[in-house]
Amino acid sequence: MSLPHLTAGFLPLLDSALLVLAHELGIAEEEGFTLGLTRESSWANIRDRTALGHFDIALVLAPMPIAANLGLTPIATPMIAPVMTGLGNNAITVSADLWSKMADAGAPGDLAAGPAGKALAQVIHSTPRKLRLAVVHQTSSHNYELRYWLAASGIDPDRDVEIVVLPPPLLPEALGAGGLDGYCVGEPWNSVGVANFGARIATTKSSIWQWSPDKAVGMRSDWAEQNPDLVAATIRAVYRAGQWCQDSANHRRAAEIMAGPAYLNQPMEIVARALTGQIDGGVQQLSIPDFYVPHAGAANFPWKSHALWYYSQMVRWGEVGFSAANAAKAAATFRPDLYRAALAPLGVAVPAQDLRIDGAQADKHATPAIGGTLELGPNRFFDGQIFDPSAVESYIRSQATS
Amino acid sequence: MPSPDLSILIIDENRIRASIIEEGLREAGYARVAVIHDVNEVGRTIALTMPDVIFIDLENPKRDTLEHFFSLSRAIQRPIAMFVDRSDGTMIEKAVEAGVSAYVVDGLKKERVKPILDMAISRFNAFSRLSRELEEARSALEERKIVDQAKGILMKTKGLSEPEAYALLRKTAMNQNRRLIDIAQSLITAANLLGP
Repeated sequence: MSLPHLTAGFLPLLDSALLVLAHELGIAEEEGFTLGLTRESSWANIRDRTALGHFDIALVLAPMPIAANLGLTPIATPMIAPVMTGLGNNAITVSADLWSKMADAGAPGDLAAGPAGKALAQVIHSTPRKLRLAVVHQTSSHNYELRYWLAASGIDPDRDVEIVVLPPPLLPEALGAGGLDGYCVGEPWNSVGVANFGARIATTKSSIWQWSPDKAVGMRSDWAEQNPDLVAATIRAVYRAGQWCQDSANHRRAAEIMAGPAYLNQPMEIVARALTGQIDGGVQQLSIPDFYVPHAGAANFPWKSHALWYYSQMVRWGEVGFSAANAAKAAATFRPDLYRAALAPLGVAVPAQDLRIDGAQADKHATPAIGGTLELGPNRFFDGQIFDPSAVESYIRSQATS
Repeated sequence: MPSPDLSILIIDENRIRASIIEEGLREAGYARVAVIHDVNEVGRTIALTMPDVIFIDLENPKRDTLEHFFSLSRAIQRPIAMFVDRSDGTMIEKAVEAGVSAYVVDGLKKERVKPILDMAISRFNAFSRLSRELEEARSALEERKIVDQAKGILMKTKGLSEPEAYALLRKTAMNQNRRLIDIAQSLITAANLLGP
């Protein structure tokens, strides 16, 4: 009896770890399927080939399936995201030259978003040349996160800087060659910039918005409807891979696997930095235990409120208009119902609610759960704003675009 | 009916493939065809040639860069829609399978663009076929070298003529139900092990 085979697309990013581990550790087989992983060269290819059914599932930027459902993508095939691949795991890296100006302007080099943003604003407002910053795709956590940080630091992302798009593996070299002043990307591409091109990490996603979502496993809605058992098996496999990856005893092995030529093709020591939270920012070594959270704090749970936060930023930056119908489409993209149903056989605690308020919790805290107790991580935004999913429209109004 | 007035831009890092497509389009009567090999040049080229249709190969990691460029409305005067028609699933499927993505200026009639897309897709497929055939030819040449070497060993050690050596290799292959090339390879390996 051969097991059903799923084809999964991914980009060379540490965020692909849970899919890779599900395959490499045999978790997929234990859940009743085999997993074939195809490394792609662009997010556009991931998007199109998932929409066309070349991939059954894919590592996606969390806002990508939302954009598909809002009709912002070329092939508007309805998509869902029933499981997340962890929290955090990206950062904003700047060139050595820009960093020295930021340091002169008072940036302490401790990776905290507030002071680094303030120093960057001072540099930008006293430099005649427009700085060029890169993100990996338009509808990406990176784009919204970079813009959030800039805007909250008094920098207009559309007027004061130029934002361009480049795929993750090309960013460190482009920065090294002087084509970019900075970029926002997932690991290991910040650490590669620091190690090989003299770059400095300015701040991290975990400082801009603590324990925040980044990527998901996405799939076509019709495929999910036709293959409910495979969807559930995928959710369980990703959940269990996350559990394994969260355990510090496994970080070394995880780094070894991810460093391999078929995945990241980078030195294990560099790959290990985000996994262990021992970050070399280029200025100093810092321990940031929640830099990347693969599993803890319900990290794999697709909160509908997070889909709504992404939607709020799409509206904020003029990508789509605000309407109740659009908000409903965005929220419906994330499928906590499928997540809960899939994990029921494991007897683990899952969040009881689909929505939560972000920004109000500075510490770990309990959340209502089914099947046990569940603790979430802190969730503050660095500028102190609060996102209440029941008041999306007023949240958008309160956010200046500059 | 082709619309020779349409301006077409091809972005492909593979220079041979790019010229094969360019040639096909020119032969079909399209005179305004531009080719670039690096997405970074796209801004200048778009300003100069005002393309109605843009092709980019799917292996190109800078597709995201290109799409973002389109989304900046100030960069180009006219909005660019991706593919001809969002509802035309077969065309999109065919293009992606051939390894190419197309972007078309909004408002262009489907009938005007379809022959251009068909041409690009068929040339992309033809290029893949050519590459495959070239690879096959290369390995055939490699096999011939191995057979020649095996023949040489037989001629030297058993004092056979070339046709006799070849006949012996063939007969052995048939008797053992193996490929000629495999027998030749085994013979060379054995000769290397036993040889001086």
